[in-house]
Amino acid sequence: MLWYTGKRLLQVIPVLLGATFLIYFMVFAMPGDPIAALYGDRPPAPGVIEQIREQYHLNDPFIVQYFYYLAGIFQGDFGVTYSGQSVNDVLARTFPVTIRLALLAIFFEMVAGIFVGLVSGLRKGGIFDATGLGVSLVLISLPIFVVGFVAQYFLAIQLGWFSPTVGAGAPLEDLILPALVLASISFAQIVRLTRSSVIETASLDFVRTAYSKGLTRRRIVPVHILRNSLIPVITYLGTDFGTLLVGATVTEGIFNVPGVGRTLFQAILRGEGPTIVSFVTVMVLLYLVVNLVIDLLYAVLDPRIRYA
Amino acid sequence: MPDIDTTTSKPRPEHFVAPLEETPLDAIDTIKAEGKPSNLWIDAWDDVRRRPMFWISLAMILIIVFIALFPGLFTSEPPNSNCQLANSNGAPTDGHPLGFTRQGCDVWSRIVHGAATSLTVGIIVTILVFTLGVLFGAFAGFYGGWVDGLLSRIGDIFFAIPYILAAVVIMSVFAEYRNVWIISLAIGVFAWPVTARVLRSEILRVKNSDYVTAATAIGVPKFKIMWAHVVPNSIAPVIVITTIALAGAIVAEATLSFLGVGLPSTFMSWGNDIAQAQTTLRTAPQVLLYPSIALSLTVFSFIMMGEVIRDALDPKARAQR
Repeated sequence: MLWYTGKRLLQVIPVLLGATFLIYFMVFAMPGDPIAALYGDRPPAPGVIEQIREQYHLNDPFIVQYFYYLAGIFQGDFGVTYSGQSVNDVLARTFPVTIRLALLAIFFEMVAGIFVGLVSGLRKGGIFDATGLGVSLVLISLPIFVVGFVAQYFLAIQLGWFSPTVGAGAPLEDLILPALVLASISFAQIVRLTRSSVIETASLDFVRTAYSKGLTRRRIVPVHILRNSLIPVITYLGTDFGTLLVGATVTEGIFNVPGVGRTLFQAILRGEGPTIVSFVTVMVLLYLVVNLVIDLLYAVLDPRIRYA
Repeated sequence: MPDIDTTTSKPRPEHFVAPLEETPLDAIDTIKAEGKPSNLWIDAWDDVRRRPMFWISLAMILIIVFIALFPGLFTSEPPNSNCQLANSNGAPTDGHPLGFTRQGCDVWSRIVHGAATSLTVGIIVTILVFTLGVLFGAFAGFYGGWVDGLLSRIGDIFFAIPYILAAVVIMSVFAEYRNVWIISLAIGVFAWPVTARVLRSEILRVKNSDYVTAATAIGVPKFKIMWAHVVPNSIAPVIVITTIALAGAIVAEATLSFLGVGLPSTFMSWGNDIAQAQTTLRTAPQVLLYPSIALSLTVFSFIMMGEVIRDALDPKARAQR
């Protein structure tokens, strides 16, 4: 396990360097003057420009600038937002909200998705299965902002079941609707993965053995079938985390959730380049860390991975 | 071969092998030359054409393509130029079946003219993703070794940045040059690693087949084996995810336009219209609803097509039905 962990950690390093380099390259090696973008139509005095260029190392060669940026990231410094706040302060304020939203969404999609997938898989070809597949096909086709607006309009504005926007402090009951919307993107995929995984596991020899030695269905389904079917679902959560982050950006924008996503959403709307880069970097790092953790978890769950 | 005279030789007491006249060797040894040839694609076509889902999604796609190619046949109203603020969020009237946007433009006309944008971006992204994915996946899978190591790590790096986030960054950099090409490039440049991974793992499965060994034995150059034998035999799963990627690209364009980093408002784009309408969601929800329906139906038809193709090409998926 230690060997596997070390190998996996070593693999992350080039990806991390490459990804941050790409983001940095996209923003700062491309045509356009960052300072001109900062000031818009009214250019500042030349002295100010020179001072800012010096302050942000813009006079140094590109690669040196990149290393300044990288050093900042490794010291936990993600830069300063447009309005002069440190990104770390903004993160400290907004991150807990997004984590709460994401965990709630993952909870919803896992519980509902695994339940529907399990029942569909066990009763392959039945009415429940056909309905489930149909609903999941429709859900996959709906872009997240469409789901968001439809839910906001019908469930919150028309029916008044939920609050259409999230109040200060983001209490849990306000987060339910955004979390449901966020869960809807991956729900369909989890249903399908669980379904096909359950069908495959249910036809394996050890399940037949369990039946033939007289175990009850109530024991075989959760312990033998479900547990062995969940590995691909858990791995999927890792690769899907990127979708979750993008989804959170849109959902938090629609429901005005005071999280990381909305901060990025507003930075995008206002065209604040440096803020966008900082937050995208944070999200990419988060994505890499989550995938690393899930890979390690995967190896704990399935020993075959470690020895491969 | 010596003739066997079955009439003169003494009858043997036992038969360990069935006598010649009882064994229809023809049926065992010959290939029916006049029979229909069969391969994965013909089987898939036979499977697909019996399924109503295929014809429904094909019809939907053809209608959308037709609308995108000839918008003038569906509406005579210009989408952008004949807007009157007096009609802002107005109810449907004669000749304006879906009412008006906040700017007083005809909703139906904007939806009809938006189809071309969605499809164009979808197709350019798909071509880009397919080309990059096949190049990276083929060389990585077929050549292996350090080529695989290098190409796969490059793929990992691009995969580490969720492609919509990457597109957000690229589009904010190109704030002044936003057009259909730039947005397609922004989406496609980061969306290819999945295709490459799928092709690579399929090639790893295929490249040790007997026909590859045979081709090597008769001296076919390695490069030619890759393009003539290995890639065509590994392309099926790539076709499946490419169809679904087309739907993903359309969603990505709408999402970027919705976020405000997509196409400028002079372009007809459903994402733009949805973003515009969100401010008046409470008072005029229909203005937001109609482009959302158009977008969802388009995505739905491509996803449904992808599902049908997946079922037809993937025997494992077929067995699970």
